[in-house]
Amino acid sequence: MREIKASKITEAVARLCQSANFELGEDVLKALKKAEREEESPLGKEALRQLLENARIAREELLPLCQDCGTAVVFLEIGQDVHIVGGDLNKAIEKGVSKGYTEGYLRKSMVRQPFSARVNTKDNTPPIIHTEIVPGEHLKITVMCKGGGAENMSRLGMLTPGAGRQGIIDFIVKTVDEAGGKSCPPVIVGVGIGGTADKVMELAKHALLRPIGEPSPDAEVAELEQELLKRINDLGIGPGGLGGRVTALAVHAEVMPAHIASMPVAVNMQCHSARHKEVVL
Amino acid sequence: MADKPLRITSPLGDADIAKLKTGTSVLISGVIYVGRDTAHRRLAQALDKGGKLPFDIKGQTIYYMGPSPARPGQVIGSAGPTTSSRMDAFTPRLLQAGLKAMIGKGDRSPAVREAIKKYRAVYLVATGGAAALISKSIKKSEIIAYEELGAEAVLKLTVKDFPAIVTNDMYGGDLFEQAKAQYRR
Repeated sequence: MREIKASKITEAVARLCQSANFELGEDVLKALKKAEREEESPLGKEALRQLLENARIAREELLPLCQDCGTAVVFLEIGQDVHIVGGDLNKAIEKGVSKGYTEGYLRKSMVRQPFSARVNTKDNTPPIIHTEIVPGEHLKITVMCKGGGAENMSRLGMLTPGAGRQGIIDFIVKTVDEAGGKSCPPVIVGVGIGGTADKVMELAKHALLRPIGEPSPDAEVAELEQELLKRINDLGIGPGGLGGRVTALAVHAEVMPAHIASMPVAVNMQCHSARHKEVVL
Repeated sequence: MADKPLRITSPLGDADIAKLKTGTSVLISGVIYVGRDTAHRRLAQALDKGGKLPFDIKGQTIYYMGPSPARPGQVIGSAGPTTSSRMDAFTPRLLQAGLKAMIGKGDRSPAVREAIKKYRAVYLVATGGAAALISKSIKKSEIIAYEELGAEAVLKLTVKDFPAIVTNDMYGGDLFEQAKAQYRR
């Protein structure tokens, strides 16, 4: 049994919220540079150049990469031999988000009662927390700062088995096509297949944490990802939706078993400002 | 490379608008107003009730944006465009009242595209997610209405060489449609 202090979790979450918003991951930068080299459309090339310049300014001046500093989505991997002491785990995370967003001059975008008053909670809480219990005595915290524009274009498709592999492809390509320039392409397309209506959406979001361009370890899924990437880039939406060859930097899919009657598919859209950082305590 | 950008000054006159064609890169200087979701609902409601707007909208430019907070000594935090389509329901009303230019990201509804033609206006996009870079072109920022909305308040900005691209012109041109036709396989 290993003890981890709640206050240590708060500090870690606060730091992750800030570094995610200021420092674009190396995998994203590499993918954007490759896209800039390969993009044929002059407007698309210029948009990619601006994004690389933007990442440099953000990192050097501690300015948020995007004014939409996102909903804080926190993934926890908790070793079953860990004991959290000195406070409530969920409250410790919430405190970390509040601290990180306030001290980092990050935009607070969460509003209470979405269907009526929509009053800002003023510290970007609450975060969305996904918890997984695993063997071991470590605690891995991943903070994803998820912008609203791309999240709005995400879709759930409760397809049935008859739709087959082609039905899945058509649903995903249609979703990206309808999103057009709204989800800030070049996007990363998170895909979930299988499970239930709730679980499949989580799979799609979790798939976004994989380093860009790293294929699925399952060869059949990796092949599907490649086919989807080609179909999506053939849409011609391009950077910013202004036309071009690079509409998506990657398609990442996670798959799990499903009910004999079901074939759920989820698409979680991620803008090019793919902000997530992790730490293992 | 893209063509050399055209320098324009906001508020834009009718002659400026007539020059702005779909696909043109521009650098905007002058004054632009900032408003997004809730501000748009309030502006449209005020117009419908025959009330006064917090600023004279005739001939003006609205930028769909909600900045991150400024650090001490900064003019503004990061300041990139938000998705324009969320403002579509209110846009024809504002164009009717005299609004001439809008800056955001992503495409517009058929009703907005029609209204842009009808009222001889223009829609431009800035690069979504280039928020730190765009903030460098903002030289002055003041809250002029709805301060209680925080990141959604109406701001008056003074900008210098703000980079944007004309996507919808008064002649009915639509860059999103053209782009698909050109690059779709």
